[in-house]
Amino acid sequence: MVSLERVGKRYGDFQALDGIDLTVQHGERVVICGPSGSGKSTLIRCINGLEVPDEGTIRFDGKAVTTAGSSMRARELRQLRTDVGMVFQQFNLFPHLSVLDNLTLGPMRARKLSRADAEALARKYLDRVHIPEQADKFPRQLSGGQQQRVAIARSLCMEPKLMLFDEPTSALDPEMISEVLDVMGELAETGMTMIVVTHEMGFARRVADRIVFMDKGQVMEDTTPESFFTSPSSPRGAEFLQRILNH
Amino acid sequence: MSVMPVRPLRWLLPVLLLLLLAGCSGSLKWYVVSPLTDTGRSNLLFLLGGLKYTVLLSITAIAISIVVGLLVALPGISTSRWLRGANRVYVECVRSVPILVLILWVYYGLPIVMGISVSVFWAGVIALALSDSAFEAEIFRAGIQSIDRGQLEAADSIGLGYMDRMRYVVLPQAIKRVLPPLGNQLVYMLKMSSLVSIIGMEELTRRANELVTAEYRPLEIYTVLILEYLLLILLVSYGVRRLERRMTRDER
Repeated sequence: MVSLERVGKRYGDFQALDGIDLTVQHGERVVICGPSGSGKSTLIRCINGLEVPDEGTIRFDGKAVTTAGSSMRARELRQLRTDVGMVFQQFNLFPHLSVLDNLTLGPMRARKLSRADAEALARKYLDRVHIPEQADKFPRQLSGGQQQRVAIARSLCMEPKLMLFDEPTSALDPEMISEVLDVMGELAETGMTMIVVTHEMGFARRVADRIVFMDKGQVMEDTTPESFFTSPSSPRGAEFLQRILNH
Repeated sequence: MSVMPVRPLRWLLPVLLLLLLAGCSGSLKWYVVSPLTDTGRSNLLFLLGGLKYTVLLSITAIAISIVVGLLVALPGISTSRWLRGANRVYVECVRSVPILVLILWVYYGLPIVMGISVSVFWAGVIALALSDSAFEAEIFRAGIQSIDRGQLEAADSIGLGYMDRMRYVVLPQAIKRVLPPLGNQLVYMLKMSSLVSIIGMEELTRRANELVTAEYRPLEIYTVLILEYLLLILLVSYGVRRLERRMTRDER
């Protein structure tokens, strides 16, 4: 479904991504982990065209998203983004719109659904993230966990084929992390293809089919959770696990 | 967050009364503008008659300048260097011209350049709108640039195009933030409309000047003129505040 070939990106002197090769199949759940600054976020932001890599090719469903530093056309990019959902660390809900309007904006403007259809869709996915009663509130009236679940529902309203999560629980208070992870776990059970950047190793062990460990812009390990957690093959991976599991 | 209700007229009335009382004791001749005498009444009506021109002129100029200002602001936040350059040239050139000079240039100069005659009213509107648009453009640019990047990325990630992103995500938030400076600009423009009196526009200041020439009572008449502007601007401030409160409903 998604393939990256020799993808590289630099910011000035900083090599954010360095020759990344990665393929994600339909229905797979891939967790990307690694120390901060290892390029995890940059990697998934490249997949839906928020960042443009300097080199390499990214394909989605066989279509090139970027080739050698140039992106697809704006119209194709918009189409791509209706197929690829994205959940951000800071939620990025639209503060001036009610929860329902946050959810219906994409379906109505990008997918050209009628208001009635868009609202039906919105209520369906609010149900799915267990907050149907919050439809008429504004984002700032919700807790962080609720906001992130609204953000997940907003992405799901586009009925994407692939969901990207960029550290979805990093900005949350500890007691709200599980409600978001539970929703993501349930989403995984529906067969959604997911790429998740996270430090939640419990979630990774429970939900992921594969773990990709990154360091300094490179993929160091790409393996099953069992083998990563029990016997990481790279010294950096072992060190990372030590630090994250024994804190 | 609650805002104190504003009642501008409650303290305006005592001020007016005080001025009238002061007139009784000194050498001031308030009767020329007093509602209690026949001359005063007709003079007052003449002065107040300028109100509709001042209001009409300002509202038309501001409406145009907001639209033009937004159109000028958008290239200012473009990724293209040329568009940003065009925005800078417009803003710097237009806001460097004193409004009075612009009014004279539009009224006396534009007919020569364009070969068409411009009425006093439209000369005033064009000059004020032109000058104001440069300031509005800067206000809008600041407002749009203050919107968090995450908002743009979220809009992109649900497949919105440039126009939809502006219309549904960026501008509603930006306009809320620029309301205070926009209100400021409104007040400023209302005051600057007095300059149009120079080309003979029958607005508040022009009428006051004409009455002063006839009655030789500058202090009394210009005091009334000040009160007229004060009243007008307090009303505008009140309106802007109400609008601000309505537009920040989602923040409470």
